[in-house]
Amino acid sequence: MYADTSASVRNGQIIDWSDPPETSLGQFRRMVIEGVGDGARLSALFAEPERSSEAFRLTAVLAWPEENALSVVSCPIGRSYQSLTPECPAAGWFEREIAEQWGIHPQSHPWLKPIRFQPPHCGEGGGPLARRAIGLADFFRLEGEEVHEVAVGPVHAGVIEPGHFRFQCHGETVYHLEISLGYQHRGIERALRGGPDRRTRHYFETLAGDTTIGHATAYCRAVEALGGVHPSARAESIVAIAAELERIANHIGDLGALAGDVGFLPTMSYCGRIRGDVLNATAMLCGNRFGRGLAVPGGVDFDIDAALAQEVLHRLDSIERDAVSAIELLFDAPSVMARFEGVGAVSEQSARAIGLVGVAARASGVPCDVRHEFPYGIYQFTQMPICTWHSGDCFARAYVRWLEVQQSLAFVRERLRSLPPGDLNRNVSELRANQCVVSLTEGWRGEICHVAITDDRGRFRAYKVVDPSFHNWFGLACALRGQQISDFPLCNKSFNLSYCGHDL
Amino acid sequence: MFSILKARIQQKHRTIAYPDGPPPELPERFAGRPVVQAGRCDSGCRKCAESCPVGAVALSDADSPRIDLGRCLFCRACAKACPNQAIVFGRAHHLAAAEREDLIVRAGSANEASCRHALAAKLFSRSLKLRQVSAGGCNACEADSNVLTTLAWDIGRFGIQFVASPRHADGLLITGPVTENMRLAVKKTYDAVPAPKIVIAVGACAISGGPYADHPEQHNGAASVLPVDLYIPGCPPHPLTILEGLLRLLGRK
Repeated sequence: MYADTSASVRNGQIIDWSDPPETSLGQFRRMVIEGVGDGARLSALFAEPERSSEAFRLTAVLAWPEENALSVVSCPIGRSYQSLTPECPAAGWFEREIAEQWGIHPQSHPWLKPIRFQPPHCGEGGGPLARRAIGLADFFRLEGEEVHEVAVGPVHAGVIEPGHFRFQCHGETVYHLEISLGYQHRGIERALRGGPDRRTRHYFETLAGDTTIGHATAYCRAVEALGGVHPSARAESIVAIAAELERIANHIGDLGALAGDVGFLPTMSYCGRIRGDVLNATAMLCGNRFGRGLAVPGGVDFDIDAALAQEVLHRLDSIERDAVSAIELLFDAPSVMARFEGVGAVSEQSARAIGLVGVAARASGVPCDVRHEFPYGIYQFTQMPICTWHSGDCFARAYVRWLEVQQSLAFVRERLRSLPPGDLNRNVSELRANQCVVSLTEGWRGEICHVAITDDRGRFRAYKVVDPSFHNWFGLACALRGQQISDFPLCNKSFNLSYCGHDL
Repeated sequence: MFSILKARIQQKHRTIAYPDGPPPELPERFAGRPVVQAGRCDSGCRKCAESCPVGAVALSDADSPRIDLGRCLFCRACAKACPNQAIVFGRAHHLAAAEREDLIVRAGSANEASCRHALAAKLFSRSLKLRQVSAGGCNACEADSNVLTTLAWDIGRFGIQFVASPRHADGLLITGPVTENMRLAVKKTYDAVPAPKIVIAVGACAISGGPYADHPEQHNGAASVLPVDLYIPGCPPHPLTILEGLLRLLGRK
């Protein structure tokens, strides 16, 4: 915690950005590197242009779980600065993004390549990473007799999103996996600037479609803070119910898909359907299976009356019965456990060093969960236990999901039974000018971080989105080291990261 | 072994009766096919068009709006903005159309557009293998296409299957607005499918770019690079909407 040269705020608290807390680059590097060493999480690291074209501001958000505090630090930089990554690996992906978006050179970055192959945010690009066709880049290569390279994607064998995977193998063993993304890039951060407008909410609902509620909530909370509006406890409860249904649906779907990847068909078949039942419960709340249109700035657009609450509770009973039956079958099958255990392990030390978040981090024994550490909305008034496991392997990532499904089911029941009274939607009219807000939520994959900065007119001057997948793709690459290449689908599914959430 | 049998009994038989029986009931709050009423507009009122995030509502007809289902996100902003209920979103799920212009809903439009496709009905009615390509899709259209393979929907019943290789496919099912970064991959995948072949565009993004329409990073949908044979609107379309569209395309309904 560095109160003198940084802003220390709570999740969703605004910071006056007309005179941002500023420090020197040397101090900035020390604060980030030592902060991460002292237990802070690097939730965001981004650049934005100052008013003159050659000057930029580098901003970092450090999340301190013990103190429930977020430090926002920033420093002025030019077209290049000394990279943080050699001393702070968690900054690696962020600095590649900064180089690609703004043509800034993080000097002595160990692996400076584009992460999205996107057009630069300003000018012609140039800089260290000139624009090039997607996927055209040097990949890390293993040399030696009988070493071979396997290239997969962008179009994969299943009904999933596109991405490119490059494996360096000797025999069946993977020595290195490099993941090259960007195929889903739709220009969301660019389009958010100058907002909010009529489309803004829809960008967040479709930014990562399986995390509609997670990202919509982070956005709504940012805008509510900037507009000085507090939603009612009722609205916050309804959003949280939808968020937990989203978690339940995706976790159950993932458990089914994991079963499928090891050829255990009963659980795969059952979970695919049960996931649909949970999505249908969300559709009862707002008409859409993914929760589109439910969360709006200032509250929600749909109420849950007593009859609807009863009906959802009734459906949850049968969902839970079926889920217990299907998933206990999975964890009781020795043939499944033989494939899950010890495969794709990430140690707690690695998880912390590369800055993993969410299910993947908790499965490696890192007790991180925004709902618990930086509670927002209704989670401020209700305890959400953190589910962790220690083994860091595919089993752990599966098992943590199942623990969370059970916690979330209990939470949704409790909230449906005790919905507080209150209005649904408090109008957010104008956003305050020259403010910055960090809004963290716990999506089903993990920590979602939005940073909104307004200009003189209260429009978005910058809007930074960090999907949990942004932190975790590198974790998947690490998990594959020393594994059989045939275990890649299983490892990939155990992370189940978002391509579009990463590519934006 | 015993526990697997016990679970099997617990999970029951769940495949929906549709299309032989009734379709599964859609939730009360579901936004399906919109209905436009003529003669309700106040003169000069543009509230519906102005409220639409994607320009799906136009006011070029004399006394009523028209809605392009290919762009529509079914967010109901237009219906909420209208003071006279000239636009009402019903619960009807059949939204698919073979022709792009049939996705325009006006006052007095038929409540179902044709999905007839002579080639598909003749060649693929009992076996249709599709290669799905996500080209900037957000994983919602992908998920609700994929869910059709679960035992509740079981599209295998109709000989429809998602296959791993374009070489094994009779056509493509495209989701997403076709990002610039996926354009080449989409074309190559299409070229790898043996002719005759069909293309199905699922979701607002794949039909018009959806929320990303006119972003320079994408191409406003599949039709910009491929000939599209069936459009299935929605954001995302309900699985029932997708299934119903596929069955009508194949002449099975």
